[in-house]
Parts: sequence; structure tokens; C-alpha cells
Amino acid sequence: MPINTVWVFAEAVDGTVRPISLELLAKARSLASVVVAVLGEDADGLADRLGEHGATKVLATGALDGRLKGPAVAAALAARIQGGDAPDVILFGTTYDGRDVMARLSVALDKPVLTNNSAVESDGDTLVVTTEIFGGSLLARTTFTGGGPYLVSVRPKSFPAEAVGGGAPTVEALAIPDLGAAGAARVTAVHVEESSGPKLDEAAVVVSGGRGLGEAAKFEMVESLAKLLKGAPGASRAIVDAGWVPYSYQVGQTGKVVKPDVYIAAGISGATQHMVGMKGAKHIIAVNKDRDAPIFAIADLGIVGDVHKVLPQLIEALQAR
Amino acid sequence: MNVAVCVKQIPDPAQPGVLDPDHTLKRDGKLILDEADSYGVEIALQLVDTAGAGEVTLVSMVPNGEVSGLRTALAMGAAKAVLVTDDALPGAGALDTAKVLAAAIGRNDFDLVLAATESSDGYTGTVPEQVAALLGLPSVTFAKEVTVVDGTLRVQRQTEEGYEEVECPLPAVVTVTAGVVEPRYPSFKGIMAAKSKPVDQLTLGDLGIDAASVGVAGCGQEIVAVDQAEERQAGEVVEDDGESFAKIVAYLEKLKLV
Repeated sequence: MPINTVWVFAEAVDGTVRPISLELLAKARSLASVVVAVLGEDADGLADRLGEHGATKVLATGALDGRLKGPAVAAALAARIQGGDAPDVILFGTTYDGRDVMARLSVALDKPVLTNNSAVESDGDTLVVTTEIFGGSLLARTTFTGGGPYLVSVRPKSFPAEAVGGGAPTVEALAIPDLGAAGAARVTAVHVEESSGPKLDEAAVVVSGGRGLGEAAKFEMVESLAKLLKGAPGASRAIVDAGWVPYSYQVGQTGKVVKPDVYIAAGISGATQHMVGMKGAKHIIAVNKDRDAPIFAIADLGIVGDVHKVLPQLIEALQAR
Repeated sequence: MNVAVCVKQIPDPAQPGVLDPDHTLKRDGKLILDEADSYGVEIALQLVDTAGAGEVTLVSMVPNGEVSGLRTALAMGAAKAVLVTDDALPGAGALDTAKVLAAAIGRNDFDLVLAATESSDGYTGTVPEQVAALLGLPSVTFAKEVTVVDGTLRVQRQTEEGYEEVECPLPAVVTVTAGVVEPRYPSFKGIMAAKSKPVDQLTLGDLGIDAASVGVAGCGQEIVAVDQAEERQAGEVVEDDGESFAKIVAYLEKLKLV
């Protein structure tokens, strides 16, 4: 059976569709003739944008009233699919909620998942997806051997988004069945951590710090430099694990994938786990005191030096301009 | 409070990974406790301490019967471990893994199941939520703080923009992000005690799982090729002579960023 219908789990924040969802819609259009967006929220204010990017139909649960998306959206999708309206493929972003919905749905449908992909192509009746392994040095291509729906998650920034000027899609309600005990968690408050600069995975410039900074207080240098360049600060896993900065700063295999114009790595040796998250940057500048650090093998400009000397000088020079 | 912690023993990430001929990760050497799991173990120990009663049980699955990673977590203070090991497990996908772990967890009553958000070797990131679905439990993923107040779980859940406060009745499944607590170092006494703590080894048969339904045979996916990725070339590397910051400024100027 060829791939005709692709559903995309779409996400929004503050009334705006997230970039990853638009990227997935572009990929869905290249795979199939029928593209449907699935929302775990109200479609008002979002449907037109999803239509512009190629969704001809939107399935929306409406407001979740504090329920978490994982169990609620998965149960709603499972009921729809088991009721006979089944797509060939469902695409999810590798996001906090995308992973939850995908995982719950895989159990409800008893279907495997293929996660963290950077490419998705159709091959006759099946899909071939590509995952970067060993820090992105190898590409593993995997296919599904059973029947669909194929559940696939994709890392942000794997494909460009593309508006195709589609009209307003039809919007249908996606009913959430009784979730029982599995749906008992409730969101009681939402906290937005103010950040003055651009988002880490959308910034044109990313400045990241690693263990070479020596201590948590020195991360301030990374933040200052990022601010001067109108960029976002990031971090290696080592200093996230050490508790210097929150997980949301983490760039790498188990953090965010960034593809800025310029990536500045300060005191980062370049563990494979980090490199997979940033080697898609157009330009890489690295400062590290170890000449043999792997980061220098991929840097366009490498400075073998002490970040505690080079960074303050660089910050001062930029401030003076 | 009885807490189950899902832990994974993985090849040392400091060593280069090796693939078997069927493209799955080689796991036949010495395996260590995934560092990502040490946070869940620490949080579990703290919650049991706070509750004043109960114990921490490790639940794990490995193809080759390795226990040295489990001993590390037992040395931290976990009371015992359940290890599922079976020749049919190599090649298991995320859903297979979740079915095995859920069956192992389901043999006992737990108030809470903890896990890392994802493993450091496979990083699928779906297994704990799949375990929750299989057990019919509520779940909260990406926790950066976990407390239990009057029998109700309170979690700060990481989001793209900040965090959410989530309340959830027990029993439940929670995944914790790395770095949120300082995992304790095993004491000498802990290391000695760990040697004699029980590790209950189970096969798929013990759990009533058909060996043909998991692993390479039953995972519903096949790795068709593994290719070398295009390599990025190294550029100019210079020793800092006290003036190299100017090179960075010039580079940024060339890109019209300053």
C-alpha cells in the first residue's frame, strides 16, 4: 500500500505554530497527497497557518484543561484510528510533548516507533528514516517491517519549512475518550522563564560553554558574549549534569539541535554527544586550551587558548565597538 | 514509599561505540550504569528517606547478564534489583523494551516508577512513557523537581519556555532530567554491601513474554544500512598569543555579525 496520508502532530506556543511543526508539514507534503495536522489544543488562530503550510484538514482536541498532552492526545488519536480513519504515517517533532504522545500512541496501537530522525523518505510502500549515531559520524537508515501507521519522530531543523499558500483547512473535533487513571496528572501552573534574547534553537548566533569554564559563575562570560552578538547561550551536557545551567540550555544528542550561522564553543572539548547537536552550524569557532580537543577537527576557526583570557578580551573588544 | 527505578547498563560512552554485523550496538563487553540514571536513583533514595519507610528497587534489562552497572546503583543505596536477561533481547526496539520493563515492574506494587528521560546510548526517549501506558499509570516526563506531599506527587516539568507545575496521584511514572540533583558517591560500606544485595534474574519466559515478539525477530523495524556521514573539515587552528581574540572579531566582521 503506497503512502497516501500523513498526519502531523502540530504544536503551538502563545498562539503561534512552532517551527518544528511547519517543518514536518513540508516533509509530509513531499511524502503524501493528503496532509492532516493534529492539535492537542484549540484550532482557533492556528488552522489558517497550518493550511498555508499544506494541511488540508485539522483534527483538534480543543483545550485540555490541565491534562497533559501525552495521554490525552494519544488516546484521542487511537480512538480515531481504531474507528477506521487511519493514516499511513504520523510525524512527531522530537519535543517534550511530541515524544509523550508518540510513546503513548505506540502502546495503544501496538506499533513500534522510530525516533530522533534527521531524514524521512518513502521507498515504495514503506518509509526509510535516517538517524545520526555515534555523534553524527554514522547515519543509520531504518525501515518498518510491519504495517502502519508508522510512528516517526524528527529532530527540529531537519528540513526547511515552506509555506505553499494553501487555503483554510477543514477543522474537525478530535474527541478525547475517558483516560482513566492514566490521565490523572494535572498542570496546576505554568511558568515562563524570561529570556531576553532569541531562542536557543532559532538563534543566528549560539555561544556555548563547557567544563573548560571551570566553575558555574564563569558561565556569565558565555551569556555576555551571546548578548553582544544578539545570540543565545547554550551548554554542553557536562555542565548541565553538573547543575551549572538548566537542561533547557543543553546542546547535543540529548539536548537541542542548533544550526545557527555561527556557533562559538567556549571550553568545550567536543564529545560526540555534543557535536551531533551543533555540527550543522554554518560556521564554528572554538576556544579550548587542549590542542587535541575533537572540537578543533570541525571548527572553521580554532583558538588554542584559555577561555578565561580569550573570552574577556573578546567581550571587551566587542563592547568597545 | 516503594520506588522502582528503571536503569540501563550501557557500553562506556568514553569508548568509541562498535556495531555488530546486524547494525545493532555491540553490548557484549563490560557495561556501566548509564550516568543519566544516577539522578533517578538519587531522587528515589531521597523520597524514600523523606517518607521514612520503603525501599528502592532497580529494574533493568540487558542481553548478556551483566550486573556491574547495577552494583553501582545498589552501592548508592538501592535495596535490590530485578534484571531481565534473555538471548532473544538483542535488537529490541523501544516498545519491546517497555513491554519487558512493564512486565517486570508489574510483578510488585510500587508507589512510584522513576526513569531518566532517555538513555545515553540509544536515546529513544519513549520507553518510560510506554511503560506508563502499558501499566495504565499516569506519568510526568522531564521532571526537574519531584516531591511527594500528602501522598500526591508534585513535579516541576521542563517545557520549551520554562516549566509547568504538575500534580499527580500515586502510583505514577516520572522521568527526570539530568543534573537536577547531585547523585551521591557510593561509600566503601555501600560498595561492600552492594555485593550481597539480591539481583533477581528473570527470563522472558518468567515474565510470560513470547521471545519471538521482541528483539530483532519482533521489533517491527529493520536497519537497512549504516553509512559514513559527510565529514566537516577542520579550518584554521592558532595558538593564543594574547591577540587571538582579534581573529575572532575579524571572523565575525567578515560574516557581518559585528
